[in-house]
Amino acid sequence: MADLGVNIAGVHFKNPVITASGTFGFGQEYARLYDISRLGGISCKGTTLKERPGNPVPRVCETPSGILNCVGLQNPGVDAFIKDDLPFLEKSGTAIIANIAGSAEEDYVETVSRLNGTSVDMIELNISCPNVKEGGASFGTSAASVEKITSAVKKATEKPLMVKLTPNVTDITEMALAAESAGADAVSLINTLTGMIIDINTKRPLLRNNTGGMSGAAVFPVALRMVWQTASKVKIPVVGLGGITKWEDAVQMLLAGASAVQVGTASFTDAFAPLKIIDGINNYLDKNGYKSVSEIVGKVEPW
Amino acid sequence: MFQKSYKILSTEKLNNTTFSFVISCPELAEESWCGRFVNVLCGEKTLRRPISISEIDKQNGTITIVFEVRGDGTKWMSERKAGDELDILGPLGNGFFPDKTKRGIFIGGGIGCPPMLGAAKEYGDEAEVILGFRSKENAILTDKFNSVAKRVEITTNDGTLGTKGFVTDVLKNMVQNSENAVVYACGPTPMLKSVAAICKEKNIKCYISLEQRMACGIGACLCCAQKTRDKDGEHMKHVCKNGPVFDSEEVVF
Repeated sequence: MADLGVNIAGVHFKNPVITASGTFGFGQEYARLYDISRLGGISCKGTTLKERPGNPVPRVCETPSGILNCVGLQNPGVDAFIKDDLPFLEKSGTAIIANIAGSAEEDYVETVSRLNGTSVDMIELNISCPNVKEGGASFGTSAASVEKITSAVKKATEKPLMVKLTPNVTDITEMALAAESAGADAVSLINTLTGMIIDINTKRPLLRNNTGGMSGAAVFPVALRMVWQTASKVKIPVVGLGGITKWEDAVQMLLAGASAVQVGTASFTDAFAPLKIIDGINNYLDKNGYKSVSEIVGKVEPW
Repeated sequence: MFQKSYKILSTEKLNNTTFSFVISCPELAEESWCGRFVNVLCGEKTLRRPISISEIDKQNGTITIVFEVRGDGTKWMSERKAGDELDILGPLGNGFFPDKTKRGIFIGGGIGCPPMLGAAKEYGDEAEVILGFRSKENAILTDKFNSVAKRVEITTNDGTLGTKGFVTDVLKNMVQNSENAVVYACGPTPMLKSVAAICKEKNIKCYISLEQRMACGIGACLCCAQKTRDKDGEHMKHVCKNGPVFDSEEVVF
């Protein structure tokens, strides 16, 4: 059996499969279906300084081979996360990534400060949520603002810092380079692609927020392309996500240059998808004579 | 809670758009009770479709689900045959807990009727039922309700079956102020809102089963939000985990 462990910015993940933020809560729900200690890590629901109620409903609808959502960062706030959710996660036996969102730089800074000294293994800076009016993706759509917020958060946190990037930009590699130069220890991409669906009978968008973030199998080729382009430009590790639904997708992400992957929407279709992907990667490595995950990272042979 | 493929034992078409499946799933049936639901994988669809459990037979290890064809996913489901397998996640949600010490009134509107059958059955043969449909051709499960309940009132919008009008017209005549009764209801939101208003006015406890566009079905994604109110203020709860059944007093429509 190959060594599935990966190291990203000094954090050890027992395998390269992390559940993606927003699709896995704080772990308790899926723990009722399987042993979540088998996961490489959990990226928690986007957490803000204060509690947020999120957007009005409907917040989700199906699209061809995917979904749109506009949950709008509903979360209990960082203090409640530390008090109510972290104790469970600490005992879960998997790496804990706190995904942090906000509407102002000082909110981000204060939120990560409160996570210093906790058992959180890594911070994922969410500057790519498309579903909130203020802040969110607006921090992630220009190189200057990516650099500014990354730099501020990096100063405030004692944890390794991963910056989660939005695909809704002209060149995602510029954002990745900006994060890297501001001190990010890793980048994760992609967050959702902004999309829309209209009910032709009511003439109303299906989502109450009119637009939402698109995820699921349909976005995979876009995500893979962006991971490949980014991995060839930055020196820090890249965590690949976006539409990974089966192990073959995850292997493609690794070959494209991702050091690890995140699995999100696939859990809604098949709750066991993350575990099946771990097993599939393991079998692929064994079958092809690789001893570790790192042996295939970035080993795509482009034409 | 389980996620597995389970065999469809039999299928029945209840009207033009509504189907009833009996599914063999002993472990899932064992953890089921009235008002809970399952999340069903529909072919190549990304999202499962939440379907309420209508009847439970623990002895034979089966549940009955009744669903209406509303789009591609439920259309795919309706094309399954006896002997096929369905990938089901469940049982999910909190469900109904009928209070047998009080008069029990069970109200179903349209495709909201199936979960009320299980609830009325659980309550026992003193159950009183009000069913509402658009028209006679939309009526479902009326014989089954007649076989489990003491009294079954049917209303149709056009008067083609039972009383012309709405379930609320019947409910108003059935209950007095502050009586020792509990109302349980499932159906379209406007109906639930009216039922809740009558119960509030008459000072009667009321539990309603809500529907919302849903993704994970287990409380992780927070898509199926429902605004609620308690002494501490307003909150966003979730239909899949905190519901689908809510005390109507706490629901902010």
